[in-house]
Amino acid sequence: MSETFADLVACEDVLMFVNAAITSTGQREFHHGSGEQRLSLEFLHEYMLENYRDMYAAVLALDVNDHNAAIMIRNLLVRAGDVGVERRREEGRLIARRLERMPPQRVYRLFRDLRRLGVNNRRTRAVIRDWMAGRRDPAFDSVKYRTAVKDAVRHAHLRLHGEQPSFLFAPSGVKAFQTPLYEQWRRAHYEQAAIYELPYTVAEGFAAKHKIPREVFLERIQHRMTRLERLRMQESAREAKVEAVRADLGEMPLTRLASYVLALPLDDRARRRAELTLALRTAARRVAGAARGSWGRVTAVLDDSYSTLGSGEKRRRPLAVALAAHYLLEALAKEYTPLWTSGRTDELLVYPSGPTPLGHRIIDALETGPERLLIVSDGWDNAPPGLAADVLRVWRTRLDPGHRRAPGQRVMIVHLNPVYDADGFDVRRLAPGVPTAGVRDAEDLPTLVEFARFAEGRVGLPKLRAHLSDRTARFLGEPA
Amino acid sequence: MTTTLEGLETRPAQAWGSIRLVPLVRDEPVPRLRLHRRAFEEPVTVVDVGDAAYVSFIPHAFVATWSDDDQAQAASYGARLLERDTRAAPPRMPVRFTRRMARKVGKDRLRFLPLHLAVEGYLALHFGGPEIAWEEWSRRAVAHGLSPRCEESYLGRQVRGLEDALRIFEIHPGQCGVLVYVADTLASAFVVPHSDDYRALHPTLVEDLFGELIYMYGLLGAPARDLSAPIDPAGVRTLGDLRAAAETREAEWAAFHDEVMAGRLFDEAGSRQAVQSLHGFELTRFLPSFALGRENHIGEIITGGDGEVAYLKTFRLSEAQVRRGYLLRRLAEHDWRLDATAAALGADPAGLALRLERAGFGYLLRQDVLDHFRAQRRATSGPRRGRPPGSAPRSG
Repeated sequence: MSETFADLVACEDVLMFVNAAITSTGQREFHHGSGEQRLSLEFLHEYMLENYRDMYAAVLALDVNDHNAAIMIRNLLVRAGDVGVERRREEGRLIARRLERMPPQRVYRLFRDLRRLGVNNRRTRAVIRDWMAGRRDPAFDSVKYRTAVKDAVRHAHLRLHGEQPSFLFAPSGVKAFQTPLYEQWRRAHYEQAAIYELPYTVAEGFAAKHKIPREVFLERIQHRMTRLERLRMQESAREAKVEAVRADLGEMPLTRLASYVLALPLDDRARRRAELTLALRTAARRVAGAARGSWGRVTAVLDDSYSTLGSGEKRRRPLAVALAAHYLLEALAKEYTPLWTSGRTDELLVYPSGPTPLGHRIIDALETGPERLLIVSDGWDNAPPGLAADVLRVWRTRLDPGHRRAPGQRVMIVHLNPVYDADGFDVRRLAPGVPTAGVRDAEDLPTLVEFARFAEGRVGLPKLRAHLSDRTARFLGEPA
Repeated sequence: MTTTLEGLETRPAQAWGSIRLVPLVRDEPVPRLRLHRRAFEEPVTVVDVGDAAYVSFIPHAFVATWSDDDQAQAASYGARLLERDTRAAPPRMPVRFTRRMARKVGKDRLRFLPLHLAVEGYLALHFGGPEIAWEEWSRRAVAHGLSPRCEESYLGRQVRGLEDALRIFEIHPGQCGVLVYVADTLASAFVVPHSDDYRALHPTLVEDLFGELIYMYGLLGAPARDLSAPIDPAGVRTLGDLRAAAETREAEWAAFHDEVMAGRLFDEAGSRQAVQSLHGFELTRFLPSFALGRENHIGEIITGGDGEVAYLKTFRLSEAQVRRGYLLRRLAEHDWRLDATAAALGADPAGLALRLERAGFGYLLRQDVLDHFRAQRRATSGPRRGRPPGSAPRSG
């Protein structure tokens, strides 16, 4: 195989970028401030765009987070003229597909960014036009994201239909709208009853204007709340004695649910143990799907040290990912052993505290004789520092029984890291011989474990390109 | 003086930038000694002390409102041991809210003003000044001793990286102390009897004071490297071997740390002074030997009956402070007689007097005596080379 040095470098660069794009949201982390995060991330984006533009665009097809997807789309559109028509068309399709999957508020923010940067090339206008045309309920968007829609319309010179232009640009001149939602919005300015037909976030503004008591408002608006708004409001509604706002925990995404559980006081968690455990297990089973029970003997080393506290902006995120991964692995494995770094065994009552004796836990984990060993940790191994790397190195070089017998039987070790390390431009790795992949939502765990084999450095650039184009094809092909 | 960190186990260090924090862990908290209740009165922590007979301590420079007389905030002057619910407050001095003094954090927030007074007053505490009024000493030195003086020191948050290092430090279960290293130089040691006390006081380390040396080392920012040797894979055949190797590595680190890195914390040639003892606990202040060019730590220590360290707080002196301490120690050894001291140092009295002046003790000597020595020195050392300061270069 003729693998050049440049290929190796390219491979590493792309993987580094993918890890960053999955984990970093430009927000403060436990170790690094948001300024460092942004600076570091911006550099990576520039670097990728300049050197590996084709693969940069293809990364949109992976499970990168929305923050990075937005930056990538912006960068591709800012520099749309740099590439030929064919590539531009391909990028356009990737962008359109990605925008469909992003939450609308993020898309509108991206459009405003483009407006601020003065990016108004034909590709950009087409992207905005197509996305707006694809919205299912333009009236809803106009009400909920009013100013943002206005900006997008102005920027892309869109032609509007029906009452939308008068609603957006001259609502005061209209006596009565035909569209029900517009009419509700008009009436909500002076009539309290009308606000309960508006989207929750819009209604909240009118409720403040009309000085409606919080509990009355919550009681009557709850049917307009989205799933996640319900989950978010659940605890404060409980305090306001509004029982109507109840999220059906069984249908929440796994990592969100884990975050919600970790935000509850320990006493509440103990009291609602059955309910919460059931909800987490249900969510995990839904993610595992057909792969349930297919992973054999799995041991997980899960970090619940003090650093999993995250930051004020990403509260307990690393711990939530570990907790969600715990339930997901439980569903995926046939035999499953969880090992928390603190030594606690009750996963529902975990909280961030203490040091990170990863090395000792990995020895414990290897002793259980697993087929797969997953480590979910931010990579700051400090009790003692570097022991995890040592243990993994010695294991790979001296002890790994499968390693010497047959390649198929070796213990598969993967390190998943939920935290972007701004100094290293990557997620922190534990040992060179063990693949590390960034993780943001535990839901992506199966694909990330698949992806992690690239990070091990055994699979070269051609295979990585093949993987990317395969993912791109699937991404573009699957229905919305 | 022989004291060791008895009863405390050294755990692996955590490094951030040039700061290295070495946690000290106890199996069991020291029985019957806790931080005084007043330390916890206002902040969040509530300590259940039980009803057993117990002793509490008030750490040095702890700022509180002592309710028995006035409502003004005051700092305790030197650590004290107290019986439970003692009415009388320890010796204290009012907090002056000036720029240099450490400030109050919030309206009802209490906090330490750690070692500030120790730095300000360490000379006064240990050297009262000349007892016999030899003619050379100024009236002020005889009447007031060395106090008051100001010592330069830096707040912990001015030491670069320390605040971040403390924030991200992961406290061990049962941790009762920490040793702070800056650029692998021991800056301070801090030990309390109970892990809850430690948890409450851990963030206050940024309010601590550090000497100039530590501040400079922080500025230089040489990163602290991993000091432990990697495991040698040659002898490892089973997972059991690997586990044993890992444990050996940890034990080696602890031994290395205690013997080498913290080896100069307690100076055997230094002096110590027992201040107070109560129900088996003894409060001691210690001074180093002021050996020039070496580490010198001053501090306070409370030991239990079996020699276990219950409370410890140290301050690393800067080079200039060591020099001053050295001079004072030599003067004290010779009953503050200039000529005897000078002879012991192998110098003449004029040299010693000028050295005292350079060290910042000029005010201790009578002005006319100092002037006399200056003139004498000028006469013996001959004409100075170069232009006298202030004279204009001759145009030629």
